[in-house]
Amino acid sequence: MISMNWFLIFAAALFSIGLYGVLARKNAILILMGIELMLNAVNINLVTFWRYTNPAVVTGQVFAIIVFAVAAAEVAVGLALVISIYRRRHTIAANEIDLMKW
Amino acid sequence: MSGLEIVFLVVALVTLYAALEVVTTNNLIHAALWLIVTLLGVATLYVLLNATFLAVVQVMVYIGAIAILMIFAIMLTRKIGEAAEDQTNQNWPVAAVFGFLMFAGLSVIVVFSGKNAIMQGAVDSGQIVTELGQVLVSPNAYVLPFELASVLLLAALVGAIVVAWKK
Repeated sequence: MISMNWFLIFAAALFSIGLYGVLARKNAILILMGIELMLNAVNINLVTFWRYTNPAVVTGQVFAIIVFAVAAAEVAVGLALVISIYRRRHTIAANEIDLMKW
Repeated sequence: MSGLEIVFLVVALVTLYAALEVVTTNNLIHAALWLIVTLLGVATLYVLLNATFLAVVQVMVYIGAIAILMIFAIMLTRKIGEAAEDQTNQNWPVAAVFGFLMFAGLSVIVVFSGKNAIMQGAVDSGQIVTELGQVLVSPNAYVLPFELASVLLLAALVGAIVVAWKK
């Protein structure tokens, strides 16, 4: 049987990689990909705790499904913003979108 | 080492390698394709955790919708024939330190919390899906978050169309 710690450490590694991606990337779409990695890591944690505590109570899976829905909404709005910004400024590099920075 | 553990290790290593490629490659399309590999690896881990319904939803929603949407956005915001430029900003060493500290901290907490539970018996996947469908529409359980999620998706749909509308 796979130990619970393996899943949790895997999720921690995936979350940290996603965090690095969000902090270190220029392109707005690549930043969104980092957020997706982090959301996936959280989902693995939720499902792991569901499986290893009491599988008869499906609360953990319900949480994961809500996270799916929020991730879908976030990506739809985020990419619409990216396309809108590209249309106006012809760039989606996060460090060049500095109209409100002083 | 049991067969399941070997499968877990192989899938975990492939997934983490793909995730590293997602955050380091300079080619946007390659990043999106590596993201699909990562999402597929996570779906496999759901299967290992007996959450078969979530594995199917992962493939349909994440790979079928989100990853494809990202590829569309990449193609819409890129000049054709443009050379792959450096996509990492100058703060990347700080970001790497933050990422490593996050991983080290979480790992220490996980390893030393002493709560290494063992897997509870076998799970009847069909039973779980039935249960899941019932609690999602039961007034005594999660019907309110479920309906809120549908309102959120509708708002996101309308919002995405309005934001991306060509004036």
